Amino acid sequence: MGRTADVELRNVSKVFDNSVVAVDDVSLEIEPGEFFSLLGPSGCGKTTTLRMIAGFEMPTSGEIYIEGRPMGETPPFRRNVNTVFQNYALFPHMTVAENVAFGLRMKRVPRDEIARRVREALQLVRLAGFEDRYPRQLSGGQQQRVALARALINRPRVLLLDEPLGALDLKLRKEMQLELKHLQMTVGITFIYVTHDQEEALTMSDRIAVMNAGRVLQVGTPLEIYERPSSRFVADFIGESNFLEGRVTGLNGQQVTVVIDDRVPVPARAQDGLAVGEQVTVAIRPEKIRLRPPGMERTDGCVRGRVEEVVYIGTDTYYLVRLTERCTVRVRVQNSQNRLDSGEAVGEGAEVLLSWVPETAMVLKA
Amino acid sequence: MALAERVETQPERPASLAARVVDWIRRRSGVKLSLVLGPGAFWLVVFFLIPLGVVLAYSFASRGAYGQVIWRLTLENYTRFFDWLYIRVFLVSVWIALLTTVICLVIGYPFAFVMARVPRRWRNALLVLVMVPFWTNFLVRTYAIMLLLRNEGLINSALRWLGIIEQPVTMLFTTFAVVLGLVYGYLPFMILPLYASIEKFDFTLVEAAQDLGANTWQVFTRVMLPLTMPGVVAGSILVFIPSVGAFVTPDLLGGGKVVMIGNLIQQQFLTVRHWPFGSAVSFVLMAVVLISTMAYFRVGGERRV
Repeated sequence: MGRTADVELRNVSKVFDNSVVAVDDVSLEIEPGEFFSLLGPSGCGKTTTLRMIAGFEMPTSGEIYIEGRPMGETPPFRRNVNTVFQNYALFPHMTVAENVAFGLRMKRVPRDEIARRVREALQLVRLAGFEDRYPRQLSGGQQQRVALARALINRPRVLLLDEPLGALDLKLRKEMQLELKHLQMTVGITFIYVTHDQEEALTMSDRIAVMNAGRVLQVGTPLEIYERPSSRFVADFIGESNFLEGRVTGLNGQQVTVVIDDRVPVPARAQDGLAVGEQVTVAIRPEKIRLRPPGMERTDGCVRGRVEEVVYIGTDTYYLVRLTERCTVRVRVQNSQNRLDSGEAVGEGAEVLLSWVPETAMVLKA
Repeated sequence: MALAERVETQPERPASLAARVVDWIRRRSGVKLSLVLGPGAFWLVVFFLIPLGVVLAYSFASRGAYGQVIWRLTLENYTRFFDWLYIRVFLVSVWIALLTTVICLVIGYPFAFVMARVPRRWRNALLVLVMVPFWTNFLVRTYAIMLLLRNEGLINSALRWLGIIEQPVTMLFTTFAVVLGLVYGYLPFMILPLYASIEKFDFTLVEAAQDLGANTWQVFTRVMLPLTMPGVVAGSILVFIPSVGAFVTPDLLGGGKVVMIGNLIQQQFLTVRHWPFGSAVSFVLMAVVLISTMAYFRVGGERRV
């Protein structure tokens, strides 16, 4: 983008005392005003990465830059970032207003300005009128908003959020997702958001970094991450994928042919550096596969199979289809018609034809 | 259903006496309650309230020529207390107890903090360290301090051997010695409630405060101290009350030169044999402790969480 990144990590590693490598050579650039998510399973190093940006942990090696300045050993209270903690960490002995005012009081902002900004911050998170309540008198969602207001009132350059919706129930979490995204666009602050929930990351983020075992595996927009996973881990962790192992037999411009179990040829999207004879994995998402009765063969890319299991989940129906003795695929078909009226289109044991647009199937090097 | 069962089964099986008693107790909640509270209440009434009443009665009586209690009611014992001689003893006691409490707090808080933060196996070791002194008799420990503080004691000998001093420093039989003995004796009573408070403290709040721009001192005064106040209050009370009434420590380590209110009471009962005046002083002490404790709870405990 040309401008300096708001937050930049250069070859940052963190090794804890017990020689556990929590973060392993991570480099990231987070642009101003971006909603950036660190996504990964628990223990992948995402929270440690966030804590290093906040200043609660110091990197073992590498450097973190905030607004272009190297942070070194700068303590948390001298960094222009604020954090929303997983369990909110509201001060239980202070009222909502006192909690929100805390940061400004530490900076010795004049009293009347504090009062005005507290009022604004509470309005922003729709908690006007709750000034004199104590945190224990609030619901989880309300506490969450106080934590947000307490961080945002300081007008940080970057807001760090550590699984802030983790403790909320599903319905409230969905509401808060949209509200958070909306809030971020209103205030225009860079958000760095840690989550293990892939749906949450896809819904809210401008860009996502997928992490596993201390490393960043892929950085990209939600669309890129979902449609073009670069590794088996990413394809598996984000959404669902079928993995078909086989050998490359044909290269044809945009398309390659991979033969599964030496018998079934399937089409997939071409990729640089592939050679005929190479052992690879084809990743294909269940909803990208079309399922038709036999007898309507087209010349290219049809795969014959037998339905083993049908699972109805309301919006969609899952079919488990066997291709070879060792290979099955899951197919997800949207229930666009009333299944009670149209009846069981394809039953267990039926012969079917599977097809997909070759570009939707990713070749991952084995 | 349940009613029908009872009607059927009751005449068939005549319950044993024990079973019937248990059943009777169960049905009467008043009986149950008195069985639970009874022993404790009995103990308090017989061994605390009645003696307290006796002392209260004595404090309005007079002393006979040979030290016996004469039932001539008077307020003289109380008016007599407002003599500078006694007021001074009283102020010295409060001063020494306050000093003891503050020193215990200053030493105890960092210790309790470390104890709450170290790994669990170290925590138990530290806890044992706090408890170890209780395994030895208090008197023996006080004599041990005397041996340390004497003019020919360990500390003076060591200082002289090192050539730091030529004449021994008088430490025994001073206010310093009394405060030292009291701090030593009551420090565990400060550390344990502080530890309980700090251990419950959520340390992510420290990070939250730092994140919002608080430096180390502000984190302590604005967040940590207010939230561990219950421990500070409890510890201070547990140290202050026994300190203000102490008589063994000032007797041994003060050597009669430091007279505290406990020594005054002891003298009146055992040496002077003026039981009514001793009783009156006891009641003045009790009133002061009660008032100061309540005042302290007001100030220190108002923002309890």
